[in-house]
Amino acid sequence: MKGELIFGALALLFIASFFYGMALNPGSEFGGADGAAEDVIAEVNPDYEPWIGNLGFEPPGGETESLLFALQAAIGAVVIGYFFGYYRGKGQSQQ
Amino acid sequence: MHIFEGFLPGPWWQIWFAISIPVIFFGMYRMNKLISERRELLPLLAVAGAFIFVLSSLKLPSVTGSSSHPTGTGMAAILFGPAITAVLGTIVLLYQSLFLAHGGFTTLGANVASMGIIGPVVAYVIYKAGMKANMNFYVVVFLATAFADWATYVVTSIQLALAFPAEVGGSMASFQAFAAIFATTQVPLAIMEGALTALVFKYIVQVKSDALVELKVITAETVEKLRGVVA
Repeated sequence: MKGELIFGALALLFIASFFYGMALNPGSEFGGADGAAEDVIAEVNPDYEPWIGNLGFEPPGGETESLLFALQAAIGAVVIGYFFGYYRGKGQSQQ
Repeated sequence: MHIFEGFLPGPWWQIWFAISIPVIFFGMYRMNKLISERRELLPLLAVAGAFIFVLSSLKLPSVTGSSSHPTGTGMAAILFGPAITAVLGTIVLLYQSLFLAHGGFTTLGANVASMGIIGPVVAYVIYKAGMKANMNFYVVVFLATAFADWATYVVTSIQLALAFPAEVGGSMASFQAFAAIFATTQVPLAIMEGALTALVFKYIVQVKSDALVELKVITAETVEKLRGVVA
């Protein structure tokens, strides 16, 4: 139980810090930190143009991007849940 | 966060490929060996890969009004070592650059180096040192994972700074600018990631401790001790 409690407390703190951040930056869109890094590049070297465009499939909008991210998380979660369940069941049947 | 397509000019993207490719091939060799010799560990390998998949898809908002995501590589590094983790990381990075326009193919070498190689090496070294110092297993897992996460972003900042030195102050000044962005988002994220990984290891100890012993992650005595605490 102790591990779960520690993690739960940290998760709560994390969420609280998010709301605190929202109150501090009311207009923020919570864009990616990588976007912010792009801004720094533009500042340091204003003439820099990416020398090659995107080669993969570009999601045609925020909604589709969310879908693909959710799909990525779902695939991972299914695999983790399946094998943990498998191990747990195997352990029980051996007892 | 991964460096986007086209955002690393030559010769940097070639250099990072030159560093990453040998490690990936060595990791593939190690992985093949592991799978053929110890087939029963394949599910755990899948779980470690899936863990990276899940964590690197979670874009979490932070105090400063930007978002970033954890890397999830600490767990695989502790279980299977950095070389195999590099292969798992490459798979995830390929998925993201293929379908999400997140990261890129030309910057794949640099992204694998930061997330798949150097972060996991940091995790592995901290893990081994912590266990040698006889610290609590879960605390060591937490530290190793959190520092692997930070190391990934420090390396990303270095990679960007080397490619984009500031006119005043050179690479050092750029590094500070890039690192400042990631520091604020990544500090709380890495703590969360470390805690989550420690929790997952708790479950692995419960359901599959023999695999941990077999992989020489922990000794049988440590398992006994940890189980005594849990029970």
